Amino acid sequence: MTATPGISPDIGRIRTFVAVRRAARPARRAAFSLALPLVGFLLAAFVAPILYLLVTAVDNPETRSVLPQTLTALEGWDGSSTPEEPVFAALAADLRAAQESSTAALVGKRLNYEIAGMRSKVLAAARMVAAMEAGPYRDTFLEKDGLWAAPETWSVIRRNGAELTPFYLLAAVDLKQSATGGLESVAPDQAIFLAVLGRTLLVAGMVTAFTLILGYPVAWVLTIAPKGVAAVMLLMVLLPLWTSLLVRTTAWVVLLQSDGVINAILMGLHLTSEKVQLIFTRIGTVTAMTHIQLPFTILPIWSVMRSIPATQLRAARSLGAGPVSAFWRIYAPQTLPGVVAGCLMTFILSLGYYITPALVGGPQDQMVSNFISTYINRDLNWGLAAALGVVLLVVTMAIYGLFLRLVGADKIRLG
Amino acid sequence: MWLPSYATPAERLMRVLVVAFAAAILLFLIAPIFIIVPLSFSQDPFFTLPVREYSLRWYEDLFGNPRWLDAMLNSALAAVLTTILATTLGTLAALGIARPDFPARRVVMALLISPMIVPVVIVAVGSYLFFGQFGLTNTRAGLVLAHTALATPFVVITVTATLSTYDTNLTRAAHSLGASGASAFFRVTLPMILPGVISGAIFAFATSFDEVVVALFLTAAEQRTLPVQMFSGIRDQINPTIMAAATMLLALSVCLFAALALLTRKRG
Repeated sequence: MTATPGISPDIGRIRTFVAVRRAARPARRAAFSLALPLVGFLLAAFVAPILYLLVTAVDNPETRSVLPQTLTALEGWDGSSTPEEPVFAALAADLRAAQESSTAALVGKRLNYEIAGMRSKVLAAARMVAAMEAGPYRDTFLEKDGLWAAPETWSVIRRNGAELTPFYLLAAVDLKQSATGGLESVAPDQAIFLAVLGRTLLVAGMVTAFTLILGYPVAWVLTIAPKGVAAVMLLMVLLPLWTSLLVRTTAWVVLLQSDGVINAILMGLHLTSEKVQLIFTRIGTVTAMTHIQLPFTILPIWSVMRSIPATQLRAARSLGAGPVSAFWRIYAPQTLPGVVAGCLMTFILSLGYYITPALVGGPQDQMVSNFISTYINRDLNWGLAAALGVVLLVVTMAIYGLFLRLVGADKIRLG
Repeated sequence: MWLPSYATPAERLMRVLVVAFAAAILLFLIAPIFIIVPLSFSQDPFFTLPVREYSLRWYEDLFGNPRWLDAMLNSALAAVLTTILATTLGTLAALGIARPDFPARRVVMALLISPMIVPVVIVAVGSYLFFGQFGLTNTRAGLVLAHTALATPFVVITVTATLSTYDTNLTRAAHSLGASGASAFFRVTLPMILPGVISGAIFAFATSFDEVVVALFLTAAEQRTLPVQMFSGIRDQINPTIMAAATMLLALSVCLFAALALLTRKRG
């Protein structure tokens, strides 16, 4: 775009604007350079690990690295019949090398995710090939196991020659690729992750609702209490926030035990004649989480309530509103920003709970985080752990986005 | 101000009920935490109240057992290093963000706060896989790096809040009187915002000292921290030494909280 000076007042204003922006550039640069070390640090020590997790969720190195010759030989395969001798010879060569470098288990484990029982069959084939002097291999393989005759086996191997795989991400939402390349649900006995995600959302929702119901009156009483009383009350809200999450969880483990304090109280009051199972239950988990999250919901609501002038309710009453109507029509709507801020924060934080469900919950109360940890530590299935992490991250970030839109990052206060 | 004069009897009753309810909730907030204190002084290895006989045997185990001592030392070391790093980085960033010319403030702020938001398991697993590439898993350096990332939002928030009440004319006055940038910062700005910086440092220390999940993934036996030692203890067979450790952590929290309360009182 070319502009002639003085032709239009608009262009003049744009030029002034550009000039002002340019003049402010050194100041902006100076301001940003102060934040640069932290931004750089977070990109390296926080964002990069998360990106690495995303890559791990789609990374697919096993088949490519262990069966390279097989994949090359499979390029000419028609996809519907049992491959010919060259493919089997290539597989034999790959497996012989894998047997020597002990990498057969690697590819066996990877293929086993898609074809049950594949791990032991790959290992058996590798041992068989290592014992053979020379081919032909096709008939030997087919004799050893009918699996090697099935075109599905070979299409799974061929598909996993790709550098990236959607397998883990699909598995994290109970889907898989069908033989024809479309999407289908996994077998019902393996379809557990949507249920786990649903449970995580449900528990987070319950905790959010309970903290609101229990916390809203506390926030209100904080605003009407005399100064000294309010200070003590605030202390009682802030101190738990300051106490280590692990300490609070430990306290609940002790309280909820079948020989624990709560059962003793219940039996002492004759509310129950026998011990109630509280630890390793949903009730226990939600109670402990509600306890831990309460301050996060109370504080934003309180800070909004504080700014509502008491005269407004009096005005509403003098204009003829009853106490209920004055509360619902004048007071409650004005506290909404605090309610939204507190509830969204509690919901976001509840989604990521790991320690409390692990220690207080039973097998049916484990959340997405707990499954991620299990797949990393016990099953060594990093791809699936990473994919579950992606699902959890996407859900959390969506709600964080909502929080940023409705509340704003600069509104977060610590007590 | 407890009750307006025009309140109806029903309203008065309602208000009494709400206040009673709030009192019960506050009790619910505080009581479970302090239940661990008497239990840690119990002679018996199980957790029933009232305590039949008091003793210090679990504290003797805590302070006599090298596993627990090492864990406490590791936690303290990681927390101090994290505090130094996080406070420096966070304060610098807050100083930049508080300037009126800061570009793309919303985006940068959203990034700087996000370590508080991202589920800690994701940070832990991501660091475990990523740091593994550089041999940083099972090292103190890796733990400190991850903890610093988690702690910086607290420093940024507290220092930004303090800076919002700081009069930037003071910096200008210092410059006009001949102070260099560094001299103006250390002799004028820093003393003024020090309460906020120290609050941030306290938050950073507590974040690292209490953190379990990242430490679970990033430490081996040699760097094992106190919370990790407690966590594995609770998982296997909960023993009263954990109660003693939890009581110590609680005492530390109360001290840090008191320090913070004193700081904010001075500032306000």
